[in-house]
Amino acid sequence: MSQPDLLLPHGRILRYHFHERLTHWVAAGSFIYLMLTGLAFWSPWLFWLALVFGGPQISRTLHPWAGLVFFFAVSYMYAMWSAQMYSTENDKEWWKNIEHYTKNEDDRMPPVGRYNPGQKLLFWGFVFCGLLLLASGVVLWFPEYIPWNLRLLRYAAVIVHPGAALLSIGLFMIHIYMSVFAERGAFGSVIRGDVSVEFAKRYHPIWYKEVVGDSTNPPK
Amino acid sequence: MSQETMRIQKMSAHAGAIPGEDTQRTYVVSKLIDTTTCIGCKACEVACMEWNDLPFGETVFDNTYQTMPETRWNYWNLILFNEHEREDGSLQWLMRKNQCMHCADPGCLAACPSDGAIIQYANGIVDFQQANCIGCGYCITGCPFNIPKFNPQTKRVYKCTLCADRVGEGLEPACIKACPTGCLHFGSKDDMKDLAEKRATQLRDHYNFPNAGVYDPAGVGGTGVMYILHDATKPELYGGLPKDPQIPLMVKLWKGPIKWLGNIAMIGGLIGLFIHYLRFGPKDREDQDIREQIALAQEKAAKAAKEKNEEEHP
Ligand code: HEM
Ligand code: SF4
Repeated sequence: MSQPDLLLPHGRILRYHFHERLTHWVAAGSFIYLMLTGLAFWSPWLFWLALVFGGPQISRTLHPWAGLVFFFAVSYMYAMWSAQMYSTENDKEWWKNIEHYTKNEDDRMPPVGRYNPGQKLLFWGFVFCGLLLLASGVVLWFPEYIPWNLRLLRYAAVIVHPGAALLSIGLFMIHIYMSVFAERGAFGSVIRGDVSVEFAKRYHPIWYKEVVGDSTNPPK
Repeated sequence: MSQETMRIQKMSAHAGAIPGEDTQRTYVVSKLIDTTTCIGCKACEVACMEWNDLPFGETVFDNTYQTMPETRWNYWNLILFNEHEREDGSLQWLMRKNQCMHCADPGCLAACPSDGAIIQYANGIVDFQQANCIGCGYCITGCPFNIPKFNPQTKRVYKCTLCADRVGEGLEPACIKACPTGCLHFGSKDDMKDLAEKRATQLRDHYNFPNAGVYDPAGVGGTGVMYILHDATKPELYGGLPKDPQIPLMVKLWKGPIKWLGNIAMIGGLIGLFIHYLRFGPKDREDQDIREQIALAQEKAAKAAKEKNEEEHP
Protein backbone atom coordinates (compact mmCIF):
# COMPACT_ATOMS: atom_id res chain seq x y z
CA MET A 1 0.00 0.00 0.00
CA SER A 2 1.95 2.98 -1.22
CA GLN A 3 1.15 6.69 -1.25
CA PRO A 4 2.36 7.70 -4.70
CA ASP A 5 0.80 11.18 -4.38
CA LEU A 6 3.57 11.98 -1.88
CA LEU A 7 6.34 11.14 -4.35
CA LEU A 8 7.80 14.20 -6.01
CA PRO A 9 10.33 14.56 -8.82
CA HIS A 10 14.08 14.63 -8.12
CA GLY A 11 13.90 12.03 -5.40
CA ARG A 12 11.85 14.13 -3.01
CA ILE A 13 9.02 12.97 -0.77
CA LEU A 14 6.27 15.29 0.45
CA ARG A 15 6.27 15.29 4.23
CA TYR A 16 4.01 18.23 5.07
CA HIS A 17 1.06 19.56 3.07
CA PHE A 18 0.54 23.29 2.84
CA HIS A 19 -2.06 23.40 5.63
CA GLU A 20 0.29 21.46 7.90
CA ARG A 21 3.16 23.86 7.21
CA LEU A 22 0.93 26.89 7.73
CA THR A 23 -0.31 25.56 11.08
CA HIS A 24 3.25 24.85 12.10
CA TRP A 25 4.30 28.43 11.47
CA VAL A 26 1.25 29.97 13.12
CA ALA A 27 2.13 27.94 16.21
CA ALA A 28 5.86 28.73 15.92
CA GLY A 29 5.37 32.46 15.33
CA SER A 30 2.91 32.88 18.18
CA PHE A 31 5.07 30.73 20.46
CA ILE A 32 8.20 32.78 19.82
CA TYR A 33 6.29 36.00 20.49
CA LEU A 34 4.78 34.49 23.65
CA MET A 35 8.13 33.22 24.83
CA LEU A 36 9.92 36.53 24.34
CA THR A 37 7.19 38.77 25.81
CA GLY A 38 6.64 36.23 28.59
CA LEU A 39 10.34 36.18 29.44
CA ALA A 40 10.25 39.98 29.59
CA PHE A 41 7.81 39.71 32.50
CA TRP A 42 9.61 36.76 33.96
CA SER A 43 12.91 38.47 34.64
CA PRO A 44 13.86 42.11 35.19
CA TRP A 45 17.02 41.40 33.23
CA LEU A 46 14.94 40.58 30.16
CA PHE A 47 12.40 43.39 30.54
CA TRP A 48 13.98 45.17 27.56
CA LEU A 49 12.44 42.46 25.37
CA ALA A 50 9.04 44.04 26.04
CA LEU A 51 10.38 47.37 24.78
CA VAL A 52 11.60 45.69 21.61
CA PHE A 53 8.05 44.47 21.00
CA GLY A 54 6.57 47.96 21.16
CA GLY A 55 6.48 48.59 24.90
CA PRO A 56 5.45 46.67 27.98
CA GLN A 57 1.79 47.76 27.90
CA ILE A 58 1.34 46.50 24.34
CA SER A 59 3.15 43.28 25.19
CA ARG A 60 0.85 42.76 28.14
CA THR A 61 -2.20 43.41 25.97
CA LEU A 62 -1.19 41.19 23.07
CA HIS A 63 0.44 38.30 24.92
CA PRO A 64 -2.87 36.68 25.95
CA TRP A 65 -4.33 37.09 22.44
CA ALA A 66 -1.23 35.51 20.91
CA GLY A 67 -1.77 32.78 23.50
CA LEU A 68 -5.21 32.08 22.05
CA VAL A 69 -3.71 31.90 18.55
CA PHE A 70 -1.07 29.49 19.82
CA PHE A 71 -3.65 27.37 21.53
CA PHE A 72 -5.82 27.12 18.42
CA ALA A 73 -2.80 26.18 16.30
CA VAL A 74 -1.88 23.44 18.78
CA SER A 75 -5.49 22.21 18.81
CA TYR A 76 -5.45 22.01 15.03
CA MET A 77 -2.17 20.10 15.17
CA TYR A 78 -3.85 17.73 17.57
CA ALA A 79 -6.62 17.18 15.06
CA MET A 80 -4.13 16.62 12.22
CA TRP A 81 -1.41 14.57 13.86
CA SER A 82 -2.49 13.01 17.14
CA ALA A 83 -3.47 9.73 15.44
CA GLN A 84 0.16 9.23 14.40
CA MET A 85 1.54 10.20 17.78
CA TYR A 86 0.49 7.22 19.91
CA SER A 87 3.42 5.06 20.90
CA THR A 88 3.89 1.61 19.40
CA GLU A 89 5.61 -1.55 20.65
CA ASN A 90 8.66 -0.47 18.73
CA ASP A 91 9.03 2.71 20.78
CA LYS A 92 10.26 0.91 23.89
CA GLU A 93 13.14 -0.49 21.90
CA TRP A 94 13.88 3.00 20.60
CA TRP A 95 14.02 4.52 24.08
CA LYS A 96 16.33 1.71 25.20
CA ASN A 97 18.72 2.74 22.45
CA ILE A 98 18.37 6.49 23.02
CA GLU A 99 22.07 6.73 23.78
CA HIS A 100 22.93 5.81 20.19
CA TYR A 101 20.48 8.42 18.98
CA THR A 102 22.16 11.16 21.01
CA LYS A 103 25.53 10.06 19.64
CA ASN A 104 24.27 10.33 16.05
CA GLU A 105 24.57 6.59 15.54
CA ASP A 106 21.24 6.45 13.78
CA ASP A 107 21.99 3.19 12.02
CA ARG A 108 21.91 1.47 15.39
CA MET A 109 18.37 2.67 16.09
CA PRO A 110 15.33 0.50 15.51
CA PRO A 111 13.44 1.75 12.43
CA VAL A 112 10.67 4.29 13.06
CA GLY A 113 7.62 5.50 11.14
CA ARG A 114 6.55 9.04 10.34
CA TYR A 115 7.46 10.14 13.87
CA ASN A 116 10.11 8.81 16.16
CA PRO A 117 9.25 8.43 19.86
CA GLY A 118 11.14 11.60 20.72
CA GLN A 119 9.03 13.58 18.28
CA LYS A 120 5.91 12.00 19.73
CA LEU A 121 6.93 13.02 23.22
CA LEU A 122 7.56 16.56 22.00
CA PHE A 123 4.09 16.66 20.48
CA TRP A 124 2.36 15.49 23.66
CA GLY A 125 4.54 17.83 25.70
CA PHE A 126 3.35 20.80 23.69
CA VAL A 127 -0.29 19.69 23.89
CA PHE A 128 0.03 19.29 27.66
CA CYS A 129 1.82 22.64 28.13
CA GLY A 130 -0.69 24.31 25.81
CA LEU A 131 -3.58 23.21 28.01
CA LEU A 132 -1.83 24.28 31.23
CA LEU A 133 -0.77 27.61 29.75
CA LEU A 134 -4.27 28.34 28.51
CA ALA A 135 -5.93 27.49 31.83
CA SER A 136 -3.43 29.45 33.94
CA GLY A 137 -3.13 32.21 31.33
CA VAL A 138 -6.84 32.98 31.45
CA VAL A 139 -6.58 33.43 35.21
CA LEU A 140 -3.61 35.79 34.76
CA TRP A 141 -5.50 37.62 32.02
CA PHE A 142 -8.31 38.77 34.30
CA PRO A 143 -6.95 38.87 37.86
CA GLU A 144 -9.31 41.70 38.76
CA TYR A 145 -12.35 39.47 38.23
CA ILE A 146 -11.12 36.75 40.56
CA PRO A 147 -12.79 37.48 43.90
CA TRP A 148 -10.72 37.61 47.06
CA ASN A 149 -12.00 34.29 48.37
CA LEU A 150 -10.92 32.52 45.15
CA ARG A 151 -7.41 33.98 45.33
CA LEU A 152 -5.95 30.47 45.48
CA LEU A 153 -6.63 30.35 41.74
CA ARG A 154 -4.31 33.30 41.24
CA TYR A 155 -1.65 31.78 43.48
CA ALA A 156 -1.83 28.57 41.44
CA ALA A 157 -1.68 30.44 38.15
CA VAL A 158 1.54 32.30 38.98
CA ILE A 159 3.23 28.95 39.58
CA VAL A 160 1.62 26.88 36.82
CA HIS A 161 1.99 29.45 34.03
CA PRO A 162 5.74 30.06 34.32
CA GLY A 163 6.26 26.37 35.15
CA ALA A 164 4.52 25.20 31.98
CA ALA A 165 6.22 28.00 30.04
CA LEU A 166 9.65 26.81 31.22
CA LEU A 167 8.80 23.23 30.29
CA SER A 168 7.64 24.28 26.84
CA ILE A 169 10.72 26.48 26.36
CA GLY A 170 12.84 23.42 27.14
CA LEU A 171 10.93 21.39 24.55
CA PHE A 172 11.23 24.29 22.13
CA MET A 173 15.03 24.45 22.50
CA ILE A 174 15.40 20.74 21.85
CA HIS A 175 12.99 20.99 18.93
CA ILE A 176 15.00 23.80 17.29
CA TYR A 177 18.25 21.99 17.94
CA MET A 178 17.07 18.76 16.37
CA SER A 179 15.26 20.21 13.39
CA VAL A 180 17.60 23.04 12.44
CA PHE A 181 21.03 21.89 13.57
CA ALA A 182 21.10 18.14 14.08
CA GLU A 183 18.89 16.63 11.36
CA ARG A 184 19.94 18.53 8.27
CA GLY A 185 17.03 18.51 5.84
CA ALA A 186 14.29 18.55 8.44
CA PHE A 187 13.87 22.33 8.34
CA GLY A 188 13.04 22.25 4.65
CA SER A 189 10.17 19.90 5.33
CA VAL A 190 8.21 22.64 7.09
CA ILE A 191 9.22 25.28 4.52
CA ARG A 192 8.94 23.64 1.10
CA GLY A 193 7.23 20.59 2.50
CA ASP A 194 9.47 17.83 1.16
CA VAL A 195 12.47 15.78 2.25
CA SER A 196 14.97 13.75 0.27
CA VAL A 197 14.63 10.02 -0.17
CA GLU A 198 17.85 9.64 1.79
CA PHE A 199 16.41 11.65 4.66
CA ALA A 200 13.25 9.56 4.71
CA LYS A 201 15.15 6.27 4.58
CA ARG A 202 17.58 7.34 7.23
CA TYR A 203 15.30 8.90 9.85
CA HIS A 204 11.89 7.38 9.09
CA PRO A 205 12.47 4.05 7.29
CA ILE A 206 9.04 2.59 8.10
CA TRP A 207 7.33 5.73 6.85
CA TYR A 208 9.49 5.58 3.74
CA LYS A 209 8.35 2.03 3.05
CA GLU A 210 4.74 3.06 3.61
CA VAL A 211 5.10 5.85 1.09
CA VAL A 212 6.88 3.96 -1.68
CA GLY A 213 5.17 0.65 -0.92
CA ASP A 214 6.75 -2.43 -2.41
CA SER A 215 7.28 -0.53 -5.60
CA THR A 216 10.32 -1.86 -7.37
CA ASN A 217 11.05 1.50 -8.86
CA PRO A 218 11.45 3.96 -5.99
CA PRO A 219 11.39 7.67 -6.89
CA LYS A 220 14.35 8.97 -8.78
CA MET B 1 9.96 64.50 56.88
CA SER B 2 10.17 66.28 53.61
CA GLN B 3 11.90 66.07 50.25
CA GLU B 4 14.81 63.95 51.33
CA THR B 5 12.41 61.31 52.62
CA MET B 6 11.22 60.82 49.03
CA ARG B 7 14.37 59.05 47.96
CA ILE B 8 13.56 55.79 46.25
CA GLN B 9 14.86 52.80 48.19
CA LYS B 10 13.12 49.85 46.52
CA MET B 11 11.83 49.44 42.99
CA SER B 12 9.85 46.68 41.28
CA ALA B 13 11.52 44.49 38.66
CA HIS B 14 14.54 46.73 38.42
CA ALA B 15 17.79 45.34 37.03
CA GLY B 16 20.73 46.98 38.75
CA ALA B 17 21.24 49.58 41.43
CA ILE B 18 18.34 51.49 42.99
CA PRO B 19 18.89 55.27 42.91
CA GLY B 20 18.90 56.53 46.47
CA GLU B 21 19.14 53.13 48.16
CA ASP B 22 20.76 53.50 51.59
CA THR B 23 22.19 56.92 50.76
CA GLN B 24 20.85 58.45 53.90
CA ARG B 25 19.17 57.46 57.12
CA THR B 26 15.82 59.15 57.45
CA TYR B 27 12.65 58.80 59.39
CA VAL B 28 10.33 56.04 58.33
CA VAL B 29 6.86 57.50 58.55
CA SER B 30 3.75 55.79 59.84
CA LYS B 31 0.06 56.34 60.24
CA LEU B 32 -1.47 55.24 63.51
CA ILE B 33 -5.18 54.43 63.58
CA ASP B 34 -6.88 54.15 66.93
CA THR B 35 -9.95 52.00 66.23
CA THR B 36 -11.16 52.60 69.78
CA THR B 37 -11.85 56.27 69.12
CA CYS B 38 -13.02 56.06 65.49
CA ILE B 39 -16.69 57.01 65.21
CA GLY B 40 -17.06 55.96 61.56
CA CYS B 41 -17.85 59.49 60.34
CA LYS B 42 -16.13 58.96 56.91
CA ALA B 43 -14.44 62.37 56.95
CA CYS B 44 -11.23 60.56 55.98
CA GLU B 45 -12.98 58.87 53.03
CA VAL B 46 -14.11 62.24 51.71
CA ALA B 47 -10.76 63.93 52.35
CA CYS B 48 -9.00 61.12 50.45
CA MET B 49 -11.22 61.55 47.40
CA GLU B 50 -10.88 65.32 47.53
CA TRP B 51 -7.12 65.51 47.84
CA ASN B 52 -6.42 62.76 45.33
CA ASP B 53 -9.04 64.12 42.93
CA LEU B 54 -10.73 60.75 42.57
CA PRO B 55 -13.93 60.55 40.50
CA PHE B 56 -16.93 59.62 42.60
CA GLY B 57 -18.44 56.15 42.15
CA GLU B 58 -21.71 54.69 43.34
CA THR B 59 -22.00 53.67 46.96
CA VAL B 60 -23.61 50.41 48.04
CA PHE B 61 -26.02 50.43 50.98
CA ASP B 62 -26.16 47.13 52.85
CA ASN B 63 -27.83 48.16 56.11
CA THR B 64 -24.52 48.88 57.81
CA TYR B 65 -22.38 51.94 58.33
CA GLN B 66 -20.10 51.00 55.46
CA THR B 67 -19.92 52.93 52.18
CA MET B 68 -19.23 49.96 49.87
CA PRO B 69 -18.06 46.34 50.18
CA GLU B 70 -14.35 46.95 49.48
CA THR B 71 -11.94 49.62 48.32
CA ARG B 72 -11.94 50.47 44.62
CA TRP B 73 -9.44 51.88 42.15
CA ASN B 74 -11.04 55.28 42.82
CA TYR B 75 -11.87 54.75 46.51
CA TRP B 76 -8.69 54.13 48.47
CA ASN B 77 -9.90 54.74 51.99
CA LEU B 78 -12.85 52.78 53.37
CA ILE B 79 -14.20 52.47 56.89
CA LEU B 80 -15.07 48.80 57.40
CA PHE B 81 -17.93 48.22 59.81
CA ASN B 82 -18.67 45.19 61.96
CA GLU B 83 -21.35 44.76 64.61
CA HIS B 84 -19.71 42.37 67.01
CA GLU B 85 -21.50 40.55 69.82
CA ARG B 86 -19.21 39.95 72.75
CA GLU B 87 -19.33 36.92 75.01
CA ASP B 88 -21.28 38.82 77.67
CA GLY B 89 -23.95 39.61 75.06
CA SER B 90 -23.07 43.27 74.71
CA LEU B 91 -22.65 44.80 71.27
CA GLN B 92 -19.60 46.50 69.87
CA TRP B 93 -19.42 48.56 66.71
CA LEU B 94 -16.00 48.01 65.27
CA MET B 95 -14.80 50.55 62.74
CA ARG B 96 -11.56 50.08 60.87
CA LYS B 97 -10.16 52.53 58.39
CA ASN B 98 -8.97 50.26 55.58
CA GLN B 99 -6.36 51.40 53.07
CA CYS B 100 -2.92 50.37 51.84
CA MET B 101 -0.81 49.23 54.78
CA HIS B 102 2.52 50.36 53.25
CA CYS B 103 4.32 47.16 54.26
CA ALA B 104 8.05 47.40 54.88
CA ASP B 105 8.28 44.21 52.80
CA PRO B 106 5.61 44.82 50.15
CA GLY B 107 4.13 41.80 48.35
CA CYS B 108 2.88 43.95 45.47
CA LEU B 109 6.38 45.22 44.79
CA ALA B 110 7.87 41.74 44.96
CA ALA B 111 5.31 40.45 42.44
CA CYS B 112 5.40 43.36 39.97
CA PRO B 113 7.19 42.59 36.67
CA SER B 114 7.41 46.16 35.39
CA ASP B 115 10.53 48.23 35.99
CA GLY B 116 9.71 51.01 38.42
CA ALA B 117 5.90 50.56 38.44
CA ILE B 118 5.98 50.17 42.22
CA ILE B 119 8.53 51.98 44.35
CA GLN B 120 9.18 52.38 48.02
CA TYR B 121 10.59 55.65 49.26
CA ALA B 122 13.15 55.91 52.03
CA ASN B 123 10.32 57.06 54.29
CA GLY B 124 8.63 53.68 53.76
CA ILE B 125 5.77 54.84 51.53
CA VAL B 126 4.91 52.30 48.82
CA ASP B 127 3.78 54.15 45.73
CA PHE B 128 2.48 52.98 42.34
CA GLN B 129 3.84 54.80 39.28
CA GLN B 130 0.98 54.38 36.83
CA ALA B 131 3.14 55.57 33.92
CA ASN B 132 5.17 52.37 34.27
CA CYS B 133 2.28 50.04 35.12
CA ILE B 134 1.38 47.45 32.50
CA GLY B 135 -1.86 46.40 34.17
CA CYS B 136 -0.92 42.75 34.63
CA GLY B 137 -2.40 42.63 38.13
CA TYR B 138 0.48 40.64 39.63
CA CYS B 139 0.40 43.18 42.50
CA ILE B 140 -3.18 42.11 43.25
CA THR B 141 -1.89 38.57 43.68
CA GLY B 142 1.09 39.64 45.77
CA CYS B 143 -0.88 41.77 48.26
CA PRO B 144 -2.00 40.03 51.47
CA PHE B 145 -4.51 42.84 52.21
CA ASN B 146 -6.53 42.96 48.94
CA ILE B 147 -5.61 46.59 48.27
CA PRO B 148 -4.42 47.23 44.67
CA LYS B 149 -7.40 47.73 42.35
CA PHE B 150 -7.52 47.62 38.56
CA ASN B 151 -9.07 50.40 36.48
CA PRO B 152 -10.45 48.81 33.29
CA GLN B 153 -10.46 52.16 31.46
CA THR B 154 -6.82 53.07 31.94
CA LYS B 155 -5.73 49.42 32.39
CA ARG B 156 -3.55 50.46 35.34
CA VAL B 157 -3.69 49.70 39.02
CA TYR B 158 -4.27 52.25 41.81
CA LYS B 159 -4.18 52.44 45.59
CA CYS B 160 -3.55 54.75 48.54
CA THR B 161 -0.29 56.70 48.17
CA LEU B 162 -0.16 57.65 51.83
CA CYS B 163 -0.39 61.11 50.26
CA ALA B 164 3.27 60.87 49.25
CA ASP B 165 2.85 64.26 47.55
CA ARG B 166 1.81 65.86 50.84
CA VAL B 167 4.34 64.00 52.97
CA GLY B 168 7.10 65.08 50.59
CA GLU B 169 6.17 68.68 51.38
CA GLY B 170 6.18 68.08 55.11
CA LEU B 171 2.40 67.76 55.46
CA GLU B 172 0.38 64.93 56.99
CA PRO B 173 -1.84 62.75 54.76
CA ALA B 174 -5.28 64.20 53.93
CA CYS B 175 -7.17 61.61 55.98
CA ILE B 176 -5.20 62.52 59.09
CA LYS B 177 -5.95 66.18 58.62
CA ALA B 178 -9.68 65.54 58.28
CA CYS B 179 -10.22 63.28 61.28
CA PRO B 180 -12.43 65.06 63.84
CA THR B 181 -11.81 62.75 66.80
CA GLY B 182 -8.04 62.62 66.63
CA CYS B 183 -8.08 58.86 66.22
CA LEU B 184 -5.66 59.22 63.30
CA HIS B 185 -2.04 60.09 64.01
CA PHE B 186 0.92 60.58 61.75
CA GLY B 187 4.63 60.84 62.43
CA SER B 188 7.83 58.85 62.49
CA LYS B 189 7.35 55.12 62.91
CA ASP B 190 9.24 55.15 66.22
CA ASP B 191 7.09 57.93 67.65
CA MET B 192 3.90 56.24 66.48
CA LYS B 193 4.93 52.92 68.01
CA ASP B 194 5.55 54.68 71.28
CA LEU B 195 2.22 56.40 71.19
CA ALA B 196 0.46 53.17 70.22
CA GLU B 197 1.98 51.22 73.10
CA LYS B 198 1.00 53.96 75.57
CA ARG B 199 -2.59 53.92 74.35
CA ALA B 200 -2.76 50.12 74.42
CA THR B 201 -1.48 50.12 78.00
CA GLN B 202 -4.10 52.70 78.90
CA LEU B 203 -6.83 50.55 77.33
CA ARG B 204 -5.65 47.47 79.19
CA ASP B 205 -5.16 49.15 82.56
CA HIS B 206 -8.00 51.63 82.70
CA TYR B 207 -10.68 50.72 80.16
CA ASN B 208 -11.18 47.03 80.74
CA PHE B 209 -9.83 45.85 77.39
CA PRO B 210 -7.36 43.24 78.65
CA ASN B 211 -6.48 42.14 75.11
CA ALA B 212 -5.90 45.62 73.73
CA GLY B 213 -2.80 45.86 71.59
CA VAL B 214 -1.01 47.23 68.56
CA TYR B 215 -1.25 45.77 65.05
CA ASP B 216 2.11 46.05 63.28
CA PRO B 217 2.45 42.60 61.68
CA ALA B 218 5.98 41.20 61.51
CA GLY B 219 5.19 38.85 58.60
CA VAL B 220 5.42 41.75 56.16
CA GLY B 221 8.27 43.45 58.01
CA GLY B 222 5.90 45.74 59.91
CA THR B 223 3.56 48.22 58.30
CA GLY B 224 3.49 51.94 57.63
CA VAL B 225 -0.07 51.92 58.93
CA MET B 226 -0.58 50.61 62.46
CA TYR B 227 -3.78 49.96 64.37
CA ILE B 228 -4.68 50.07 68.02
CA LEU B 229 -7.28 47.33 68.55
CA HIS B 230 -9.56 46.69 71.56
CA ASP B 231 -8.78 43.01 71.04
CA ALA B 232 -5.46 42.45 69.29
CA THR B 233 -5.91 38.68 69.54
CA LYS B 234 -8.81 38.81 67.07
CA PRO B 235 -7.88 41.21 64.29
CA GLU B 236 -10.21 39.29 61.93
CA LEU B 237 -13.18 40.95 63.65
CA TYR B 238 -12.10 44.25 62.18
CA GLY B 239 -13.28 43.71 58.63
CA GLY B 240 -11.11 40.62 58.13
CA LEU B 241 -7.76 42.08 59.12
CA PRO B 242 -5.43 39.08 58.70
CA LYS B 243 -3.86 37.82 61.92
CA ASP B 244 -0.49 36.98 60.42
CA PRO B 245 -0.27 38.53 56.94
CA GLN B 246 2.53 37.23 54.74
CA ILE B 247 3.46 37.58 51.11
CA PRO B 248 1.65 34.47 49.75
CA LEU B 249 3.94 31.42 49.78
CA MET B 250 3.29 30.78 46.08
CA VAL B 251 4.37 34.32 45.23
CA LYS B 252 7.55 33.91 47.29
CA LEU B 253 8.34 30.61 45.55
CA TRP B 254 7.57 32.09 42.14
CA LYS B 255 9.79 35.12 42.61
CA GLY B 256 12.46 33.19 44.53
CA PRO B 257 13.59 29.59 44.00
CA ILE B 258 11.48 28.92 40.89
CA LYS B 259 12.95 31.96 39.17
CA TRP B 260 16.49 30.87 39.89
CA LEU B 261 15.94 27.22 39.04
CA GLY B 262 14.22 28.26 35.81
CA ASN B 263 17.03 30.61 34.82
CA ILE B 264 19.70 28.01 35.58
CA ALA B 265 17.75 25.38 33.62
CA MET B 266 17.36 27.64 30.57
CA ILE B 267 20.99 28.75 30.49
CA GLY B 268 22.18 25.23 31.30
CA GLY B 269 20.04 23.84 28.49
CA LEU B 270 21.48 26.25 25.95
CA ILE B 271 25.04 25.49 27.01
CA GLY B 272 24.31 21.75 27.02
CA LEU B 273 22.94 21.79 23.48
CA PHE B 274 25.89 23.84 22.28
CA ILE B 275 28.37 21.42 23.82
CA HIS B 276 26.48 18.49 22.32
CA TYR B 277 26.81 20.10 18.91
CA LEU B 278 30.54 20.68 19.45
CA ARG B 279 31.01 17.06 20.42
CA PHE B 280 28.71 15.26 17.98
CA GLY B 281 27.80 17.79 15.31
CA PRO B 282 24.91 17.28 12.93
CA LYS B 283 23.53 13.88 12.07
CA ASP B 284 25.29 14.11 8.75
CA ARG B 285 25.06 11.37 6.15
CA GLU B 286 28.77 11.37 5.47
CA ASP B 287 29.72 10.91 9.09
CA GLN B 288 27.68 7.79 9.29
CA ASP B 289 28.76 6.40 5.95
CA ILE B 290 32.35 6.93 6.87
CA ARG B 291 31.78 5.23 10.19
CA GLU B 292 30.15 2.33 8.37
CA GLN B 293 33.05 2.15 5.91
CA ILE B 294 35.56 2.22 8.72
CA ALA B 295 33.69 -0.55 10.50
CA LEU B 296 33.64 -2.58 7.31
CA ALA B 297 37.31 -1.99 6.70
CA GLN B 298 38.11 -2.95 10.26
CA GLU B 299 36.07 -6.10 9.90
CA LYS B 300 37.84 -6.93 6.66
CA ALA B 301 41.24 -6.30 8.21
CA ALA B 302 40.38 -8.47 11.19
CA LYS B 303 39.17 -11.22 8.90
CA ALA B 304 42.30 -11.00 6.78
CA ALA B 305 44.49 -11.08 9.87
CA LYS B 306 42.64 -14.11 11.14
CA GLU B 307 43.00 -15.91 7.80
CA LYS B 308 46.65 -15.06 7.70
CA ASN B 309 47.06 -16.33 11.22
CA GLU B 310 45.31 -19.58 10.35
CA GLU B 311 47.50 -19.99 7.26
CA GLU B 312 50.67 -19.51 9.24
CA HIS B 313 49.63 -21.71 12.17
CA PRO B 314 47.29 -24.27 10.69
C1 HEM C 1 -2.12 29.68 25.86
C2 HEM C 1 -2.54 30.85 26.14
C3 HEM C 1 -1.78 31.87 26.97
C4 HEM C 1 -2.39 32.86 27.68
C5 HEM C 1 -3.89 33.16 27.73
C6 HEM C 1 -1.35 33.58 28.38
C7 HEM C 1 -1.56 34.65 29.22
C8 HEM C 1 -0.60 35.24 30.01
C9 HEM C 1 -0.83 36.35 30.87
C10 HEM C 1 -2.15 37.07 31.03
C11 HEM C 1 0.34 36.64 31.49
C12 HEM C 1 0.59 37.79 32.46
C13 HEM C 1 1.43 38.85 31.81
C14 HEM C 1 0.87 39.32 30.52
O1 HEM C 1 -0.33 39.50 30.40
O2 HEM C 1 1.65 39.51 29.58
C15 HEM C 1 1.33 35.71 31.04
C16 HEM C 1 2.65 35.66 31.45
C17 HEM C 1 3.61 34.81 30.91
N1 HEM C 1 3.43 33.95 29.86
FE1 HEM C 1 1.66 33.50 28.98
N2 HEM C 1 -0.12 33.04 28.08
C18 HEM C 1 -0.33 31.99 27.21
C19 HEM C 1 0.63 31.18 26.61
C20 HEM C 1 2.00 31.29 26.87
C21 HEM C 1 3.02 30.53 26.16
C22 HEM C 1 2.79 29.55 25.02
C23 HEM C 1 4.19 30.87 26.69
C24 HEM C 1 5.49 30.31 26.17
C25 HEM C 1 6.62 30.34 26.68
C26 HEM C 1 3.94 31.84 27.77
C27 HEM C 1 4.89 32.40 28.61
C28 HEM C 1 4.64 33.30 29.61
C29 HEM C 1 5.61 33.75 30.56
C30 HEM C 1 7.06 33.28 30.67
C31 HEM C 1 4.96 34.69 31.38
C32 HEM C 1 5.59 35.45 32.54
C33 HEM C 1 5.40 34.67 33.80
C34 HEM C 1 6.00 35.41 34.96
O3 HEM C 1 5.82 36.61 35.04
O4 HEM C 1 6.64 34.77 35.78
N3 HEM C 1 2.58 32.07 27.83
N4 HEM C 1 0.73 34.85 30.13
S1 SF4 D 1 -0.53 45.83 37.48
FE1 SF4 D 1 0.57 45.90 39.43
S2 SF4 D 1 2.14 44.31 39.19
FE2 SF4 D 1 1.41 44.77 37.10
S3 SF4 D 1 2.80 46.37 36.35
FE3 SF4 D 1 1.05 47.44 37.31
S4 SF4 D 1 1.74 47.82 39.40
FE4 SF4 D 1 3.12 46.25 38.58
